Amino acid sequence: MGFYVAQFLTGLASAASLFLVASGLSIIFGVTRIVNFAHGSFFMLGAYLAYTIVQVLPHGILGFWGSVVAAALIVGVIGAAIEVLLLRRIYHAPELFQLVATFGVVLVIQDVTLWIWGAEDLVGPRAPGLDGAVRILGEPIPEYDLALIVIGPAVLAGIWLLFNRTRWGTLVRAATQDREMVGALGVNQSWLFTSVFFVGSALAGLGGAIQIPREAVSLLMDLNVIADAFVVTVIGGMGSVAGAFLAAVLIGELNAFGILVFPQITIVLAFLVMAVVLIVRPWGLLGRPEAPQRGAAGPLEAPLRAATGPAMAFAATVLALLAVLPWIADEFTLVLVGDILVFALFAASLHFIMGTGGMVSFGHAAYFGLGAYGAALVVKHLGAGMELGLLMAPVAAGIGALVFGWFCVRLSGVYLAMLTLAAAQIVWSIAFQWQDVTGGDDGLLGIWPAAWAGSKTVYYYLVLVLSAGGIYTLRRIVHAPFGYTLRAGRDSSLRVDAIGIDLRGHQWMAFTIAGVFAGLAGGLYVFSKGSIFPDTLAIPHSVDALIMVLLGGVQTLAGPVVGAVSFTLLEDWITRFDYWRIIFGAIILAICILAPEGIAGFALRLLPGRLTGRVEESAR
Amino acid sequence: MLEVTDLDTFYGRAQILDGVTLRMDGGEVVALLGRNGAGKSTTMKSVMGLVRPARGRVRFLDRDITGRPSHAVCQMGLGYVPEDRRVFTELTVMENLEVGRQAPRDGVPEWTPERLFALFPNLAEMRNRPGGRMSGGEQQMLTIARTLMGNPRLILLDEPSEGLAPVIVEQMAQTIAALKTEGLTVLLSEQNLHFARMVADRAYIIEKGRMRFDGTMAELEANPDIRDAYLAV
Ligand SMILES: Nc1ncnc2c1ncn2[C@@H]1O[C@H](COP(=O)(O)OP(=O)(O)O)[C@@H](O)[C@H]1O
Ligand SMILES: [Mg+2]
Repeated sequence: MGFYVAQFLTGLASAASLFLVASGLSIIFGVTRIVNFAHGSFFMLGAYLAYTIVQVLPHGILGFWGSVVAAALIVGVIGAAIEVLLLRRIYHAPELFQLVATFGVVLVIQDVTLWIWGAEDLVGPRAPGLDGAVRILGEPIPEYDLALIVIGPAVLAGIWLLFNRTRWGTLVRAATQDREMVGALGVNQSWLFTSVFFVGSALAGLGGAIQIPREAVSLLMDLNVIADAFVVTVIGGMGSVAGAFLAAVLIGELNAFGILVFPQITIVLAFLVMAVVLIVRPWGLLGRPEAPQRGAAGPLEAPLRAATGPAMAFAATVLALLAVLPWIADEFTLVLVGDILVFALFAASLHFIMGTGGMVSFGHAAYFGLGAYGAALVVKHLGAGMELGLLMAPVAAGIGALVFGWFCVRLSGVYLAMLTLAAAQIVWSIAFQWQDVTGGDDGLLGIWPAAWAGSKTVYYYLVLVLSAGGIYTLRRIVHAPFGYTLRAGRDSSLRVDAIGIDLRGHQWMAFTIAGVFAGLAGGLYVFSKGSIFPDTLAIPHSVDALIMVLLGGVQTLAGPVVGAVSFTLLEDWITRFDYWRIIFGAIILAICILAPEGIAGFALRLLPGRLTGRVEESAR
Repeated sequence: MLEVTDLDTFYGRAQILDGVTLRMDGGEVVALLGRNGAGKSTTMKSVMGLVRPARGRVRFLDRDITGRPSHAVCQMGLGYVPEDRRVFTELTVMENLEVGRQAPRDGVPEWTPERLFALFPNLAEMRNRPGGRMSGGEQQMLTIARTLMGNPRLILLDEPSEGLAPVIVEQMAQTIAALKTEGLTVLLSEQNLHFARMVADRAYIIEKGRMRFDGTMAELEANPDIRDAYLAV
């Protein structure tokens, strides 16, 4: 009995920090409609700052809690500064850009943190006066855990008072519903948004700061916590602070008890809970249906154009060049171009569900990785050859997409994006933690092509044929009736439903098709590298794919290919620097602000007509 | 007090306003009449800084406010009551009023919740009711009261009688008359003459984004052709 009580209290204690992070995320989303990836970075910064400040301040109770509060406030100021300098410029951009832009911030903060604090994990001090344990029903409970159990509800009460008993809170709640109207009533929204960012970021910072006596401070904290925070926010309902609290307790307890039953992969439990909640209540426990917010608009998309003569000639030229490449290029170039082809297929599959289906996936790496692992596992454990491996890749990814897709297509917008992210996080944690099968962090090695495809040139041709074939097939699907239905559903789901088309079924199918082709890309990737690691499934890799699509432009079919080319070349060049993340982050931010239509879209704007056969051109 | 000159406003590529011009003096109640889709709301939004006109000028209290953000326009004493009410449904009546509150303004009698409750007795009984649980008429009263909390010198009232029962419309007219005696300047938009007749001194008629008539109510009444050509009957 005592043991279970102890476990329950541990769950409550870990819920505190989770609640602080998630409530901040939720508050920021409620008003600004921005899903802030960098929120986990604020959490991490809070921990690092508290670690440093606590050493500067005099030791003792006051010093400890003083540093916790100071860290939270500094993080609040950093968050507000980021809002003013960056996010303010992209409030009207489509969700995808906002998310990718905030991921740019994640990269920048990672490198800044690395530069200031170094790569080593840092172990913080224990909380003075709370470093012992008390016995409850015979079980030792850390005093600090009890403090956290109090802090959680205390902060919840504080937030409630702030929102319901102050003018600021009233304005924020009003702006959550209709920010344009709040502006027309004389409230300067810019400052309101900045202050909301301050509060939300400070909460994340506080969440990080209070963790230092419990866990080592490390550079992995940001992305680890963001996935949990997404799950909590989605379960609780975006924008609902009380919901975040409820969900944090739920997840905290689930982890505390899940660890007894299902020791390694508690996130699977969290995902299952999330999936169940979302199916029963698609807007979370205490959330409300997402009404289209006033005063926020995305751009309209121009109709798709069929490829014109010049464009087809151009594509044919590129293909011909690729075909003769082995005669003119060295092996190094051949491998690089092979990588580009694989990523082009990966990006094209993501573009297919995003551009055509209107479903933004934040976990597309899951299907690439499932393909790669699927292939590697049959080779490793069943002794199969490359041919079976390459067959297994799309099958494994397709099955994964079929399962996760069933849940995902029931949602839309940010909920969908977060669910895809959580799904990917699950696949990642399985690959990472199921040592015996997947090799865990050490990955799987020695996955090489069959003898006949062993030379770089032959394998290059294999990649060329399968990637180009995959991209061509996706293109055909987009222009088939199936693709038209998808696009119609993206633009007006109600109307498509009204004419009796099973839109959800179409979307599920599209999700699976995208998964299949991502899996094929993953299979090709693993045989070209000879190995596979869990990184392939991690959030940054999903974001890589998003950036490729973004670089190329969401609205052009050539976009993902252009994006993959520029991304791979850029990455190849940039990763030679020590602090490449900060450069990369800055590039992402620059693109989001300067060329929101992507490189391909940008080029289209500069050379009207030529390769694209614009409508005006033919009308003249 | 308000001077709108040659306003052109676009939504995307569609031109909605084409050289809209109007002027108002302090203390007037002016009706902006026109059929559904004529451009009344767009005119008000352009004045308010909620959409940005491509050409033309808006002057308020002898200052150029063209293209200024709406909160700045509002802070100068220009109040806006939108057509579809837009009360904050999650907020109580008192909280809705709080959102609209601004500092007192020189030469404008200061509005307090108590003074507003005297003007809108219904609201007084539901101070703590969420805006979402009020009838259409009550919501309309609340949006007007909310805007008055900003102590405006001039208010833009977008179709205040839309969708209201005849009794309530009657009440609304009396309220506007009462506001006029307080010295408030009012521009109200309407689709038909009925309501405007009860309250307005002058009228403009807009059709397809262009001003077609400018004159006193008496002149408009004397001109049934214009009325029939441009207004719903
Ligand atoms: N947000 C918008 N986007 C595109 N067109 C709009 C928008 N709002 C209004 N319109 C169009 O502008 C025209 C004028 O609308 P509006 O000013 O609302 O007219 P009124 O208020 O007189 O009924 C209408 O044709 C309407 O369809
Ligand atoms: Mg209107």
